[in-house]
Amino acid sequence: MNAILEVRGATRRFGGLTAVDDVSFDVPERGVTAVIGPNGAGKTTLFNLIAGSMPPSAGAILLSGNEVTALPSEARAGLGLVRTFQLVKLFQDLTALENVKVGFHLRTRGGLIAALLRPRWQRQAEREVEEKAKALLDLVGLSALADSSASALPYGQQRLLEIARAMAAGPRVLLLDEPAAGLNAEESERLARTVRKIAADGVAVLLIEHDMKLVMDIADEVVVLDYGRKIAQRTPDAVRRDPAVIAAYLG
Amino acid sequence: MAVRSGVIGSRAASIGVWVASAAIVGYALVFGGYLSTIVAFALIYAIFVSGLNVFMGLTAQVSFGQSAFAAIGGYSSAVLTTTYGWAPLPAMLCGLVAALVAAFLIGFPTLRLKGHYLAMATLAIGLIVYEIAVEWEGVTQGYMGISGIPPLGIGSLEATSDQQILLTLSVLTVLVAIAMSRIRQSRLGRAFAAVAGSEEAASALGVNVARYKLVSFLLAAGLASISGSLFVHVVGYVSPEVFGLHMVVLAFTMIYIGGLGTVAGPIIGALIVSLLPELFRGLSESQDLAYGLTLIVILIYAPKGLVGLARTFDMWRSQ
Repeated sequence: MNAILEVRGATRRFGGLTAVDDVSFDVPERGVTAVIGPNGAGKTTLFNLIAGSMPPSAGAILLSGNEVTALPSEARAGLGLVRTFQLVKLFQDLTALENVKVGFHLRTRGGLIAALLRPRWQRQAEREVEEKAKALLDLVGLSALADSSASALPYGQQRLLEIARAMAAGPRVLLLDEPAAGLNAEESERLARTVRKIAADGVAVLLIEHDMKLVMDIADEVVVLDYGRKIAQRTPDAVRRDPAVIAAYLG
Repeated sequence: MAVRSGVIGSRAASIGVWVASAAIVGYALVFGGYLSTIVAFALIYAIFVSGLNVFMGLTAQVSFGQSAFAAIGGYSSAVLTTTYGWAPLPAMLCGLVAALVAAFLIGFPTLRLKGHYLAMATLAIGLIVYEIAVEWEGVTQGYMGISGIPPLGIGSLEATSDQQILLTLSVLTVLVAIAMSRIRQSRLGRAFAAVAGSEEAASALGVNVARYKLVSFLLAAGLASISGSLFVHVVGYVSPEVFGLHMVVLAFTMIYIGGLGTVAGPIIGALIVSLLPELFRGLSESQDLAYGLTLIVILIYAPKGLVGLARTFDMWRSQ
């Protein structure tokens, strides 16, 4: 299968520390790819390089074969690379539904004039956004809480809301930064189902995760980092038996 | 802070804020006199503060320099109508364009700055424009100011009586409130809210943060410019002191007393803050003290302003 996202020799140094060291791998057009590794392995730094939140010291990021290394994150979002955050960053003063509506920013148009005059096409677009936003809340099981303010939701639901909001941007690659962190078993299961559904709809998912159970459940391929370097890239089952991985984790 | 209710009956207090504002303006319209002058100024401030509210409330940025754009609008109107004999409306539009150009030139580089830097840069803008108004005597007549500015009007239709002025300003204030409400419920308003909520998350969703900050700043500057023009036409006179730092302080007080980020907040805030000193006038020496104390009490017991207080009351009642 073709790669939609290619990481080519990605490297990031912080002074004398090399947090991500010459990491290369492909994310296929379909399926769930997971990046795992012990604490401090460079997972989050790698994620930030891919999302465009931080420039790499060396290496390149390619999306559908085009280099995006120099593009800021909003431009990458425009090309279909959309991320969520490890520490949930919702728009706290907005309702759950309004949060998802913001996600449609790139797929809608209209500025000040459209806001003030509300022409017919604008009202039509707003109705569509409302409908699609509700469908996405449904996807993550938050329909009943559409009008709750985002800050009032329990943590697990805030994470799901963030995923719904990211999906609103119409990603071709969805980047999830430790989506299971802070979730209880039930919420984690809900998350796994949601991610599988998203992947089944044809969106490539790249997730960075600490929770091995979640990774084993949903990943098609696992990239293992240790001390900033890639030490393995295999299926979940193969990773579990990989001596290098076991050594890294059990040290 | 659970669920936002859509039932009108449970929003009695929030609607009450609008009714109270309308009642104050209505009272001034009927009884006229000194009160109508105070309310007229309050409505001009309501427009100015609504603009500031786009930038501070909806987009969560800080500007101490909005008085600069009111000054550009006010002086453009004053100079063009007196020295060059223009009609008020084209003069006002000219001031608006000048204010927008100035806001663009200032905003484009500074809106990339964050937090204190932006606030300091805007403070400097207010002071610089004030100095220009003082020093550029050939055009602004310095501290002397410009008098004989004609009243608001289009063609032969002029707003000269207290009632006419108040009505004109009321209509404009309502239009601004409608515009604010529409902006809040639009793609543009959601982009502002995204920038306010988290710049990182906004850009992750493709919202161009710097661009929407600039649009927000331009909106605030535009409304400031219009309110500056309105002021000089209503008073008939302008001097640099009109657009001094006290204007910024007053606007901040109004926005926090009324309710940051709300549509009704700037209006009720402007009315209350303008009327309070009149209410305490009978107290002679201690009136400033009473005024200050009242503001402090409101901010302690209604930290989200009067609109926030009304919402809390509605929520409490609906449970």
